Amino acid sequence: MNELLRRLLSLPPQASRMARDIDMLHYFVIGVTMLASFLVGVVAWTFIVRYRQKAHQEVTVRVEAPLAFEVPMIVGVLALFLLWWAIGFRQFIEISTPPPHTLDIYVTAKQWMWKFSYPEGPSAVEELTVPAGRPVRLIMTSRDVIHSLYIPALRLKQDVIPGRYVTMWFEADKPGTYPIYCAEYCGVSHSRMRGRLVVLSDEDYGVWLAASEAQAVAPRDTDGVATPSDSNLRSVGQAVAVRRACFACHTVDGQRHVGPTWRGLYDSKVKLTDGRTVVADEAYLTKSMMEPRADVVLGFNPVMPSYHAVLSEPETAALVEFIKSLRDAPVAPGVVLPPVETRPEP
Amino acid sequence: MSAMSPGLVPQGGVLSVPPTFVNDDESIRSWLLTTDHKRVGVLFFVSTALMMALGGAFALVLRIEHLTPERTIVDALAYNRLFTMHGVVMVFLFMIPAIPGAFGNFLVPIMIGAKDVAFPRLNIASFYFYFVGAIVVLVAMQAGGLDTGWTFYTPYSVQSPSAVVPTLIGLFIVGWSSILTGLNFIVTIHTMRAKGLGWMRMPLFVWSIYGTSIIQVLATPVLGLAVALVAIDHGLDWGLFDPARGGDPVLFQHLFWFYSHPAVYIMILPAMGVVTEVVCTFCRKNPFSYRAIAYSSLGIAFVGFLTWGHHMFVAGLSVFDAGAFGILSMLVGIFSAIKVFTWVGTMYRGSIAFKTPLLYVFTFLFLFVFGGMTGIAVATTSLDVHWHDTYFVVAHFHFIMVGGTLTAYLAGLHYWFPKVTGRLYSERWGMLAAALVSAGFFVTFFPQFLLGNAGMPRRYYDYPPEYQTLHVISTVGSWVLASGMILTVTYLAWALKSGKRAGNNPWHSASYEWLTRSPPPPHNFDDTPAFVSDPYDYTETGRLSHE
Amino acid sequence: MSEGTAAHLEHFQDLERQAHAARLGIWVFLASELLLFAGLFALYGAYRVHYPEAFGWGVDHNVRVLGTLNTAILICSSYAVATSVHMLRKGRAKLAAGLLGFTLACGATFLVIKGFEYAAHFREGVFPGGHGAFFHGKPEGLKVFYTLYFLMTGLHGIHVIVGMGILAWLLSRILRGQLAVPHTHPLDIGAVYWHLIDVVWIFLWPIFYLTPGAL
Repeated sequence: MNELLRRLLSLPPQASRMARDIDMLHYFVIGVTMLASFLVGVVAWTFIVRYRQKAHQEVTVRVEAPLAFEVPMIVGVLALFLLWWAIGFRQFIEISTPPPHTLDIYVTAKQWMWKFSYPEGPSAVEELTVPAGRPVRLIMTSRDVIHSLYIPALRLKQDVIPGRYVTMWFEADKPGTYPIYCAEYCGVSHSRMRGRLVVLSDEDYGVWLAASEAQAVAPRDTDGVATPSDSNLRSVGQAVAVRRACFACHTVDGQRHVGPTWRGLYDSKVKLTDGRTVVADEAYLTKSMMEPRADVVLGFNPVMPSYHAVLSEPETAALVEFIKSLRDAPVAPGVVLPPVETRPEP
Repeated sequence: MSAMSPGLVPQGGVLSVPPTFVNDDESIRSWLLTTDHKRVGVLFFVSTALMMALGGAFALVLRIEHLTPERTIVDALAYNRLFTMHGVVMVFLFMIPAIPGAFGNFLVPIMIGAKDVAFPRLNIASFYFYFVGAIVVLVAMQAGGLDTGWTFYTPYSVQSPSAVVPTLIGLFIVGWSSILTGLNFIVTIHTMRAKGLGWMRMPLFVWSIYGTSIIQVLATPVLGLAVALVAIDHGLDWGLFDPARGGDPVLFQHLFWFYSHPAVYIMILPAMGVVTEVVCTFCRKNPFSYRAIAYSSLGIAFVGFLTWGHHMFVAGLSVFDAGAFGILSMLVGIFSAIKVFTWVGTMYRGSIAFKTPLLYVFTFLFLFVFGGMTGIAVATTSLDVHWHDTYFVVAHFHFIMVGGTLTAYLAGLHYWFPKVTGRLYSERWGMLAAALVSAGFFVTFFPQFLLGNAGMPRRYYDYPPEYQTLHVISTVGSWVLASGMILTVTYLAWALKSGKRAGNNPWHSASYEWLTRSPPPPHNFDDTPAFVSDPYDYTETGRLSHE
Repeated sequence: MSEGTAAHLEHFQDLERQAHAARLGIWVFLASELLLFAGLFALYGAYRVHYPEAFGWGVDHNVRVLGTLNTAILICSSYAVATSVHMLRKGRAKLAAGLLGFTLACGATFLVIKGFEYAAHFREGVFPGGHGAFFHGKPEGLKVFYTLYFLMTGLHGIHVIVGMGILAWLLSRILRGQLAVPHTHPLDIGAVYWHLIDVVWIFLWPIFYLTPGAL
């Protein structure tokens, strides 16, 4: 039944359980839509025929809609619309809330191509390879204008905005190759900014990963910024930290220095000078590099310069990955860590 | 002034043609500097109709391009500019001004028993704001036009090397026309109703114009601001939406859609008013519920301001915002449902004359419900994630704009053609053209729902070959639709010159505009009627009071 | 329009209707103007929440005395124009004209003070769009702050100029005897527009001069 309706409505294959759930709601809503319009058409046509004018300037009776008619109609239609809203919103919450322990992949959109960077793997252009049956989280930003990553087979789409990180998660369960489109007009080659989602079985994914690491090609950046040849994003991040002199102010082993230590930083709750408490997620880490005066940690001075025009996108992503990897790094002997609140494990 | 029934007027012993708003001073100067609302209406009609033709021509080229997956007749640059100009011309130079500017201006004062609108000089100024703004936009098109889409999203619109600034200047000027027209109607309806004509006895078309005018006055300034900021960012590099300078490009979307969602109600409300008038006249019936139609017009105007975020579900809104905008969007749909229910209910026990205007209204009912409910569908947040920025949305709004507004416009055009011109058009050609337009419309746009479902994004020059079949069907449909429109222009033009003379009231309607001559005299009524009758009274009592 | 007659435009039944319509018209127009500024205030609000410190710093860096002085000047001018309307209705055209002149002088003074403020900003290297040497090394939010500052006070300034034009034209009509009892409502219209300009400033004043520090 699902397959019949799917084909009838020209919907793409359903590459995830979420896609199937969304299609169920789709059938319900569209079915009622078609029914309603046909019903209105049929009733109107019936009246037009039944009550066609029989005499010239015929007189009619005055008919007023009884409240007993109007109120149930309004309430009934509203209830139906709100039911659709409720189901749709629940699904939307699910789409918007990634589970813990996702496989994170960085996505950079730029006119007119998609770049995918793996923490443990190479970067790829156009082709996003993922294992089936595992939740994947895309962490995305744009280099120039607003783009939109659209994967019809997953029924998912997310606008990708310059100057900001946005996320999108999914769990594909059917191996196959599915088209990726850019869905926000971005210039002359908007319609050519396409890609492929390659869903591999868990086994095949492992094989693919090993193979790509073996013939690792360093991310080539067209900005002319030199990148190290090691393709592991975390190692790249460490190299960037050295090159950009981050270690002049930050440690990796828990010791307090000019700036906060990176050990245990990711995902912890951080108290700021203006009284707010925020979670040190990817967005926070990135913002701290780009706008260091915006969220100054309590007990530290606002002396960090901005790396906005200094770090390239791949370098920023690599640094974030490196900092993430230090979450449970060993602490230097003799260091007493201040009590740090971490986000409770869900 | 004639003390006799309308007809030839004895003047100095010689029988002559009584003055109408057309033949009373036929000089070009008197037309260009007119303060007669009926002439302003005609000026708006002609200009907006020309813009519709231009926008339609762009659409035909777009559809021909889509016959093949890759280049057919234009390159990507030209295609991107064409779809942008199609949107800009159709939305701002046709859909927004047409029914209020043409039909509203002509009819509203007559329908409330006034001699003119409250501010006749402001009215003609309104027309010139529109005209000058449209010229600026056309000139910008000559300079290559712009390729940002009619939605001008930043940062692309600030960076695009196309004619962004002149086009936005043109639109800013056109916006003034919209605000001043709305202002004029609001004051007119409040202060110039004939003695004894209360709010709840006005023709419902006036209510629809009233609701529309509220939206025009309150929403258009925000659009003016949004386009001005893009033009300033583009021309002066002020970077208000530039992430590199701390700007947030999504804030533009909030400003833009705060106007552009209510704007779609500017485009449909007057059309709904036309539908009400045509249904009541051609079914010879009172509206199933006058209050329902009147209040739902206000409901749409107000709640319509609260739903703009449903255009931004995937733009980076918080989940809470998405939920809130979703509920409000469901709410605004109820008002349209009430109207549909009322229109169909009005047909019950009517005395129905199936003429061209009613055929258009029948088409409207089917297409508007379909289009409207697909609107509810895209307001269902999880579904919209898939449909956003695909052909599904394109199909949805064309069902409402063309299947809804345009068919209502054509219904009104045929309904009031005798009143404005004093002539009758040919019913046979009217029905044929209506059938072509209806069928052509459906074949053009229904496949686009399927294209959207299949994942075809909008604003795509190239597309993957598996979408070609649906595109070809859609293009063929566009040719049928175009032929229906061309046919309509042809027989109406012929009727203008040589149609049978219409009397005051060829449709035997009880509404007020039919109490005067066709075409009306310069000051609307030879002898101002008392306005005590009910404009929807087709009962025995009503008939007696008309005699 | 001859002076002091009950002549009215043809499409109105009488002068009272015409005046009523005109007054309703200007209030409807005011609604549209409010929405125009509301969009900018909304932008300010959104950006301020994002950059509380930069905005606070920017507010602090403006000269509070000048902003307050300008507020006082506009409030006086509103009082003057309101009194002018009242006087004209009572038939005291000369006094009305004088008060109008005073209103215009207030408007001009307002613009002059704003001119000094802008000049000082330009000298410092503060320009809209984050251009200017001033912004090197400063937080990014400051660029947005000053762009909004120039946009909002600039748009307001344009409205002051337009308002002065309208009032000047009305003043000339009074002096030529074209605006007198009973045909006085055009001055009401101009005065209401002037009050709008004042009200908008009353909201610009706190957000650009009175609220340093986090909001």
